[in-house]
Amino acid sequence: MASTAQPVPNPDIPKMSARGVNVFYGDKQAIKDVSIDVDMENVTAFIGPSGCGKSTFLRTLNRMNDTVASARVEGQIMLEGEDIYSNAMDVVQLRARVGMVFQKPNPFPKSIYDNIAYGPRIHGLADSKADLDITVERSLRRAGLWEEVKDRLKESGTALSGGQQQRLCIGRAIAVEPEVILMDEPCSALDPIATAKIEELIHELRGRYAIVIVTHNMQQAARVSQRTAFFHLGTLVEYGVTSEIFTNPREERTKDYITGRYG
Amino acid sequence: MTDHTVKAFDNEIDRLRGMVAEMGGRAEAGLEEAMQALMRHDLALADHVIANDKKIDAIEAEVEKLVVEVIALRAPMANDLREIIAVLKIIGLVERIGDYAKNIAKRARIINTHGLMEPISILPSMAQIAGEMVHDALNAFSARDAALAEAVVRRDSVVDNFFNSIFRTLLTHMVENPKTITECAHLLFIAKNIERIGDHATNMAEMIYYAATGMHMPERERGDDSAIMAGA
Repeated sequence: MASTAQPVPNPDIPKMSARGVNVFYGDKQAIKDVSIDVDMENVTAFIGPSGCGKSTFLRTLNRMNDTVASARVEGQIMLEGEDIYSNAMDVVQLRARVGMVFQKPNPFPKSIYDNIAYGPRIHGLADSKADLDITVERSLRRAGLWEEVKDRLKESGTALSGGQQQRLCIGRAIAVEPEVILMDEPCSALDPIATAKIEELIHELRGRYAIVIVTHNMQQAARVSQRTAFFHLGTLVEYGVTSEIFTNPREERTKDYITGRYG
Repeated sequence: MTDHTVKAFDNEIDRLRGMVAEMGGRAEAGLEEAMQALMRHDLALADHVIANDKKIDAIEAEVEKLVVEVIALRAPMANDLREIIAVLKIIGLVERIGDYAKNIAKRARIINTHGLMEPISILPSMAQIAGEMVHDALNAFSARDAALAEAVVRRDSVVDNFFNSIFRTLLTHMVENPKTITECAHLLFIAKNIERIGDHATNMAEMIYYAATGMHMPERERGDDSAIMAGA
């Protein structure tokens, strides 16, 4: 792991830290005063009903909302102590450090190899073809896809199955050595076996990257995460240890949601 | 409590709760009838208690099957999960209470308690308290009442004290009247059965408290067993 670009994590500060975050779409407030810390040791799951703001909040963590013209973000979000909304922050660099995997697998219409190599190339992370080959193999291995695709790296990424495409997208995010990986419903388009492989992958990636996953599937949140945050109507209702959230939530609204009593 | 969006889940939980209530009611009645059979030497009633226990076992098997189904099909969470786990443990305890009642009934068929007035006089009071503990535990389960569950646990020491007292009385009686040793030995087992019923009601109450609150009941004080230890 000679070429790792990851800075040494400081155990005293959380990997990401949000304080008093508000998000507006025009006049409508989508996120209300959310404060939360995300660390490396734990996978963090965001759950909540549709429209609760969990995906909106996830997108503030790598400034994806910048692409929405009407969106406005207030408050402070820190990555390793740096304010990601400060003028000094390079957004392209930020999104390499805080990678994202989306609901629908979205590989580039390029070869499997080029899908992975794209990020390291544009970020100048590989000095030679041999260097790049190593990065591609390492990333595909970490994404649990290497054995399945090593003999057909020249084939198009879009020719893979849905589950393989999603692992390719995770490999693509990993290739630029991110510190944080955000996943927005990464399994909702996948069958149970492909879902299980992604969940196993999340488990293996834990500790190497801070992982935040938004999911509609509460069983999935229970299976993959160690910390769970429940969002409702734009507020963070409850954030705690996953096993406690699912056996003994403190808030009535959390309980009603996870037991299937929510209106 | 608010209903589940999936109504069939509510129906299943209601069915489980209903079966636990029925099973518990039968076990409670079993103890009461077994004691009547003992005191009146009523063989028919004793047979009835023994037969009734089969029904308790059958309900237990049915509840167990439904619990497994609900866990597999509904993936219950939070208070639902706690309640369903509590149900699974409670039916095991109720089944044991039924067994103890049956055992008392079997002994009631064997022994005739005439002429054993002194040692037997406080057995019905002891059984009544144990029966009330079972009754209150079932009510606490129905009402999801943590305070009532705590009250059940507090009464366990009363039953334990009764047992210690009966133990001493029976020992004295056996020493003074060796001809009654067989009967007294049976009565000792009956007292022990009642004491165990109190323990099981206590365990039920602890599960009910956990299901209702999500927390374990604070550790209670150990009952006094010095008399037995001294006598043994």
